Amino acid sequence: MHYLPHTAEDIESMLQAVGVEHLDDLFSTVPEDCRLQEGLDLPEALTEWELDEHMAALSNEMAVSPEYRVFMGAGSYEHFIPASVSYLLNRSEFVTSYTPYQPEMSQGTLQAIYEYQTLVARLLGMEVATASHYDGATALAESLLMAVRITGQRKVAVSSLIHPLYRRVVKTYFEPTGYEVLELPYLNTGLTDLSGLDEMDGLAAVAVQSPNFFGCIEDLKAVGEKAHDKDALFVSSFTEALAYGLLINPGSSGADIVCGEGQSLGIPRSFGGPALGMLATGKKYMRKLPGRLVGQTKDLDGKRGFVLTLATREQHIRREKATSNICTNNSLCALAAAMYMASVGGSGIRELALLNHDKAEYLKAQLKKEGFTIPFDSPTFNEFVVEFPPGFEATYARLLKKNTVPGLSLAPYYPELANHYLLCVTETRSKEDMDALVREVRS
Amino acid sequence: MKESLGTTGLILNEPLLWEKGKKGRSGFSLPRRDVESCPLAPELTGEGPDFPDLSEVDVVRHYTRLSQWNFGVDTGMYPLGSCTMKYSPKTNETQAGRPGFTGAHPLLPAGLCQGILRMMFELELYLAEITGMDAATLQPAAGAHGELAGMLLIHGFHRKKGNKRSKIIVPDTAHGTNPASVALCGYRPVPVKSNEQGILSVEAIFDVMDDDTAGIMITNPNTLGLFEENSRKIAEVIHGRGGLVYCDGANMNAVMGVVKMGAIGVDVMHLNLHKTFSTPHGGGGPGSGPVCVKKHLEPFLPVPRVVEENGRYVLSDDYPESIGKLQAFHGSVGVIIKAYSYIRSMGPENLKKASQLAVLNANYIKERLKGVLHLAYDRPCMHECVFSDKHQIDDHITTLDMAKRLMDYGFHPPTVYFPLVVDGAIMMEPTETESKEELDQYIEALKAIVNEAKDDPNLLHGAPNKCKVKRLDETLAARKPCLAG
Repeated sequence: MHYLPHTAEDIESMLQAVGVEHLDDLFSTVPEDCRLQEGLDLPEALTEWELDEHMAALSNEMAVSPEYRVFMGAGSYEHFIPASVSYLLNRSEFVTSYTPYQPEMSQGTLQAIYEYQTLVARLLGMEVATASHYDGATALAESLLMAVRITGQRKVAVSSLIHPLYRRVVKTYFEPTGYEVLELPYLNTGLTDLSGLDEMDGLAAVAVQSPNFFGCIEDLKAVGEKAHDKDALFVSSFTEALAYGLLINPGSSGADIVCGEGQSLGIPRSFGGPALGMLATGKKYMRKLPGRLVGQTKDLDGKRGFVLTLATREQHIRREKATSNICTNNSLCALAAAMYMASVGGSGIRELALLNHDKAEYLKAQLKKEGFTIPFDSPTFNEFVVEFPPGFEATYARLLKKNTVPGLSLAPYYPELANHYLLCVTETRSKEDMDALVREVRS
Repeated sequence: MKESLGTTGLILNEPLLWEKGKKGRSGFSLPRRDVESCPLAPELTGEGPDFPDLSEVDVVRHYTRLSQWNFGVDTGMYPLGSCTMKYSPKTNETQAGRPGFTGAHPLLPAGLCQGILRMMFELELYLAEITGMDAATLQPAAGAHGELAGMLLIHGFHRKKGNKRSKIIVPDTAHGTNPASVALCGYRPVPVKSNEQGILSVEAIFDVMDDDTAGIMITNPNTLGLFEENSRKIAEVIHGRGGLVYCDGANMNAVMGVVKMGAIGVDVMHLNLHKTFSTPHGGGGPGSGPVCVKKHLEPFLPVPRVVEENGRYVLSDDYPESIGKLQAFHGSVGVIIKAYSYIRSMGPENLKKASQLAVLNANYIKERLKGVLHLAYDRPCMHECVFSDKHQIDDHITTLDMAKRLMDYGFHPPTVYFPLVVDGAIMMEPTETESKEELDQYIEALKAIVNEAKDDPNLLHGAPNKCKVKRLDETLAARKPCLAG
């Protein structure tokens, strides 16, 4: 096996140095009744050539661009990734290093993550961002737990227009804690109904997502004011990070904690993971943050350098009193996002965000023109809901056969929204793609 | 002695991203605008983020220079104990990078994603076979996330039985994340000390196990690199009082094909694909922490689960007792593909061989260094061994000094000051992918450092001397935090 460098001679001489005769003798401390007698029942080893064939066959059974036109976002977005980003990200000094516990040998990762934290803070309009989390959903769950720790309150109010799968993750995290999750309904404008907050007391946080699951842009300032009236923290979530290239950022709308998914920033969808959980807050809550943080410092000669810092919050020091059990950050995904943000630049991200918005508006207008209903009239970014006529399932199935995925059916998540579909258009969908979709759904 | 690996060469300085660039540059080929502009209401739009504008060359040089300040497994030996820095095969990167995998939307209808579903289904079977368990989930994003999943499963199991239990036993030789995972799930960790041999005694567990204890979280092999010889009897004690046994399987790389945890009383365990199954660590992640369970915990696994129906694969949510979801989608699929191709490349015999050679390498280091450094527990080890700086105390040299000096010799230092049960711990895990020559050179470097500790201690106090920066002031970083520029 070419990953195992030992020759028979090496093994012989090493066994001798250890003082045993056979490889099996190395396991003398494993009691006989714990040892496996038979071999593992797994497929025989493949050569690299055979593996290529096998994996190519699996990969070919997947519906992806350019053969398929997928008008589906819902937390996972198709954006163009420059070759320079993929190429740089594959440098093995980044890929094959560990968490930078020994900073003198890891300055590359550390400076890059410090830069990532800075760019994220600027994107979201916050003072401090973490070195990343698993995904947007876990970042939201950690943010709500953080709000509980800060306020000492045991209830959180969560918009029903936060991604339904994110809400399920929150439920999983909260279930054994005894903390309560209250849901805020939505209005027929496609925005969160905040009126229920008047009746709620003892809230740690009010959480909304913007753009929300229907694609609509929430009035974050209003949410912030309402949350602060109730002495709760305002947690602002997102699934489409690119939106903040154009929209007013959550920080300047009064958010106390901002969390969400950064997959749009140069990370391939890969069936949903690995992803990039982003989490940011103000300096006053810095020591309450879960997860890794990189900070600037100096070396013995006074030169600038970077280290993992504020470790006293973390599990390996505080054990059960830690702010979280997180040990991994999604460092390489954070690095991809930093490379992407650096490549797109301040001018580019605005242009790109505008293009996403304008393309989605084009499709929305064309569908409207054909008589389909756009049930929620609030402004949207690159996703929106369409109500198709009853019986649209048959059209949907026909389009799948024609290599088009015309959005996501909302009925499994919102049973009251039969025939409602969530459609997404990014810069990767051309006008021709959209015109073809309109023709197909019409016929 | 061979020439030292560590040398100095030309490394370039590189400023922070926003200290370079000029407004108006771009490193991105903006897609063509083929629709008309359609302005959004001004009250909804912001200024746009204050990012620097850089050219593609600016960006490429920036990250190429940064990468050269890093050290990875591809650079050299990285014997970080408990972290399993084995070689990450390149073909796995190629496989995970196939467009059919990278471009796949996670909510595709099942008929349009059979390739990934089949791969996930098969990997679950392989992991269950390797651990001797009945079922698996690939959803947890990392080892600690797997621990949380395991605790939630135990919580779900007891709740269904109507048992309200409040404690989990966590030995002092467990991984650092264990107590925090326990606490996150609302349990109180009950610490237990290992015995003079570095393992758990049945009596110690018997003394703390009671009807209010939901189970035990046992790292096996433990963080001293020792096999928990009494694990079978400990499991009997736990089960006897209605508890469950969680195994932190981060060290499964020592015993593949040698021990099936399911056969020695474990009810639930996690694996780290980024340790045992060779997926790269990426400077701290992404990882993947699948959880394997016995039959009685299967109903509680996270949803959706991949199910086979007449040779086709579908995702099913139909598990009413499930703990729910741990991530928005299906786990670190990009990582999972790499572990799958590793297992397919290795086959059953080579997986066992990998464990045997990992244990051989660790024992070889232990034997060759035990007269040089203080060995904490002088018994046969598994995949890692733990030394300390006890012999260097009179020279006023610490574990940290020796670790930093090792960098000058061209090696990444071992794990230091962990596990906590050994003062000044130096925990070495060579892994099976290091050759004998590499190990010999590492051993010689440590011997030289121990001599330097006596003859020229300032060399160690000032180390490292050959890295991009000198020793960094971590206290300053924590006292005056500067987390963004």
